[in-house]
Amino acid sequence: MEVNNKMNNQDTLLVLSSSPHIHSPEQVPSAMRDVLIALIPALIASVYFFGLPAITVIVTCVAAAVLSEMAAQKIMKKEVSVHDLSAVITGLLLAFTLPPSLPVWIAAIGAIVAIIIGKQLFGGLGNNIFNPALVGRAFLLASWPVAMTTWTAPLDAVATATPMGMLKEAAGQLPTLAQLFFGSVGGSLGETSALALLIGGLYLMYRGHIDWRIPITYMGTVFVLTGVVGAMSGYGLWYPFYHLFGGGLLLGAFFMATDWVSSPITKRGRIIFGVGLGLLTVIIRLKGGYPEGVCYSILLMNMVTPLIDRYSKGRIFGGVKKHA
Amino acid sequence: MSKHTFMGGIHPPGYKELTNAMATVPAKLPEKVYIPLSQHIGAPCTPIVQVGEEVLKGQRIAEGKGFVTSPIHASISGKVVAVEKKQHPGGNFVDCIVIENDGRDQWADTVHPRLNPDSLTPEELRKIIFEAGIVGMGGAAFPSHVKYAPAEGKKADYVVLNGIECEPYLTSDHRLMVEKAERIVTGLRYILKAVDCDKGLVGIEDNKPDAIALFQKLTAGDPVISVIPLHEKYPQGSEKQLIYACTHREVPAGGLPLDAGVIVNNVGTAAAIADAVELGIPLIERIVTVTGTGVKEPANLSVRLGTLFSDLIEQCGGYTGEIEKIISGGLMMGKAVFTDDMPVVKGSSGIVILKKAAQTPRKEYTCVRCAKCVDACPALLEPTTIVKLAKRGLWDEAKSNSAVCCIECGCCSYVCPANIPLVQYIRRAKQAIAANAAKAAAAKN
Repeated sequence: MEVNNKMNNQDTLLVLSSSPHIHSPEQVPSAMRDVLIALIPALIASVYFFGLPAITVIVTCVAAAVLSEMAAQKIMKKEVSVHDLSAVITGLLLAFTLPPSLPVWIAAIGAIVAIIIGKQLFGGLGNNIFNPALVGRAFLLASWPVAMTTWTAPLDAVATATPMGMLKEAAGQLPTLAQLFFGSVGGSLGETSALALLIGGLYLMYRGHIDWRIPITYMGTVFVLTGVVGAMSGYGLWYPFYHLFGGGLLLGAFFMATDWVSSPITKRGRIIFGVGLGLLTVIIRLKGGYPEGVCYSILLMNMVTPLIDRYSKGRIFGGVKKHA
Repeated sequence: MSKHTFMGGIHPPGYKELTNAMATVPAKLPEKVYIPLSQHIGAPCTPIVQVGEEVLKGQRIAEGKGFVTSPIHASISGKVVAVEKKQHPGGNFVDCIVIENDGRDQWADTVHPRLNPDSLTPEELRKIIFEAGIVGMGGAAFPSHVKYAPAEGKKADYVVLNGIECEPYLTSDHRLMVEKAERIVTGLRYILKAVDCDKGLVGIEDNKPDAIALFQKLTAGDPVISVIPLHEKYPQGSEKQLIYACTHREVPAGGLPLDAGVIVNNVGTAAAIADAVELGIPLIERIVTVTGTGVKEPANLSVRLGTLFSDLIEQCGGYTGEIEKIISGGLMMGKAVFTDDMPVVKGSSGIVILKKAAQTPRKEYTCVRCAKCVDACPALLEPTTIVKLAKRGLWDEAKSNSAVCCIECGCCSYVCPANIPLVQYIRRAKQAIAANAAKAAAAKN
C-alpha cells in the first residue's frame, strides 16, 4: 500500500503504538533511587554512632547482595538486572537490621541468602513473597543467635543491651526517650535514630512511593496496644513511646512493611496489613521469647498478603461493594 | 480555585502553552476535501449525490438509515469527483466523498437563519439537531439527537457541558470557550429545552481561568445555568468522571449517564447546536489544534471537515525535525496514525505531531506491585490484577475483576514505573470478553 507522507519529501515511517503516548518520568530504577535517598539519613546516623564497624557491615551486605544477584542471574541465564538498584536496597536494609559488631562473613551470608533464597529463587524482583532483607535476617538469627544479639553501645563500642532487651529483661539503665529519638542507643545499625528514619519515611510519602496506611496503622496499633498494657501495668506514657522509638519499629514500618512487592495493593488491605503487623509485633515483644518482633511480624504478614488482597477489593466506580 | 474533582487520576504535563493563547484562525480552504461517510457511531451513510454533480456548502450529501445515524454535508462548494476509500483517523479505511473546490464557497439555499428559534418545540429542536448532522464533538461522535431522545422512566436532572479538555497539548475547546462563550451558552439553552431539563452545568478546569471568568460573567444570576470550576486532573473530561465531579453522582457501572439523571455534551457540540438552530448551519466545520514538538508553527485552526491532515500541517509551517508519531487526538487517548493523508472528521479535536525524542526505549520490568495503577484508576479497578489475568488469557477472571468497566483513559500505563502497557492488555481483555459473550449468545440461538 502506498503511504504518502509529505514530510520533507522523505519516506518517513511513523511509529504506531497504543495510547497513551506519554509516560510519567518515573521508572523502577528511579523509584528505587528515591528509596536509597530516603535511607541516607539513617545511613549517616549509623556511621556516626557506630563508626567503622557500621561501614564494614554495610559495604559487605550491599556488595554481597549485588554480586550474588549478578551471579544468580548469570547462572539462571537471565538478564542481569542489578541496575534496577533493588539489590542495593536489600543489602542496605539487611545491614540496617544487623548488630555493628557482626563478623563480616556472617553479614555476607545474610545478604546472599536474602538475594538467592529470598528473591531470585522466587523469580526475581516482583515475584518474591517475602521481604528479601528480612529473609536474610531471619536466617542469620536462627543460625548465629549469639553473634546476632551481641550489641555494642554507640560511640564507645562497649558491650551493651538494646532498649527492647532491657525492657524485656527489666535490667540495665534504660536510655532516655530523647536518646532513643536521636539515636545514641545500642541496637541494629539502622534502627538507632528514630529521627533519621522518620525523615526518610516522610520523604518516601512525599514522593508518593509509600502509602501512609501501612506505617501509620502499624505504628498506631503498636502505640495503642502498648499504651493500654502500660496503663494496666501502671507505667506512664513513656512506655508506648519506648515501644515506638526503641526497637526496629520505625525502620520496619517505613522501609520494610511498605516494600511494594510483599505488601497488599488495595487500600483497605494495607490497613488490615498494618493492624495485623502491630498486633503480631506487640504479642511477640510482650509474650514471645524475643525482645523484638518486627522482623517476624512482617514475614508472617507477607505470607497473608495475597489473601488480604483477595478479600479486600474495594468497590468499583459506579458499583456496589463487592466481595470476592 | 476549586475542590471539586473525581476519584483517582493523574497530572500529566499540559503542554498547552504552545497554543492556548493563540486565537483560532480559519484554515485555508483546500483544493479537495475527502468527506468520510462514517463520522459517527452507527452504520455508515450512503451518498445521495453522484460523481460529477455540483454541490454547495452545507448541502446534504449522504445519509443513513435507522435512528442511530447522522447525515453528512458538503463542507465546501464544488464538484463531486469521486467516492473512494481513504484512511480514517479512527483506524479503518472508509469511503469518502471527494469534492473539488470551485473557490466560490457558496452556501446551499437550505441554509438560512430561523426567524423564531424560541418557539421551537423539543421535537422540532431534536429534528433540527439531527438534520444538521450534529454528533458529540469531544471525540466519541455519538449522534446528539439520539442522546436527547426521551427514554422511558429516565429523566435528565442536569445537562453538563464538558469544557474540560484534559488531554495534554489540545486547546481547541479552550479557544472555543474563550471566543464563542455566548454561542455555547445559547446552545446549552436549546439542549436543555430539547431534553426538557431545567439545570445546566458547565464544567471547566481551573487551568483555564479566562474561560471560567467569562462563563461566570455570562451566567451571573442565571437561575438555570451555572459554571462549575474543577480542580485540574486527567481524565476529568471522561463522561462519568465529569458527572461525578460536577454533581457527585455516580453512573452505575455498565450504565449510561442518563441512569444517573445526567446528559453530557462537549462545549463544541453546544456551539454547533446554537448555529444549527438559529442560523440553519449544519456541522461542516470545527476547531482543530495542530500542535506538538514536530510542527513548526502550532495553531488552532477552524477547519472544514474533510480537509487533509497534510494540508493543515503544511499551513502550520510543515514538519520540523525527524517525525516519530502523528497522533489523531491527544497524547493520552489519541490514536497514532501512519500517514498524514487522512481527513479531519467531526470528532477530530487535534493533531499532535511528535518529533523523535533522544531517549532510549523503555524497558518493561516485572510488575513490582507498587499499586500506583490502582491509585490512579478513575474507575477504581485494579489494573495490575486484570493485566496479570489477561497475560494468561484468563478472560473470565478478568471479567469478574470488572475489566469491562475500564474507560481506557491510560492513567495506569502512564504511572507504571515498570513500563507495562497496562491499558493495552486491558483493551485486549475487553475484546476477548466481548467476543466470548458474542459466541455464547450465538450458541444460545
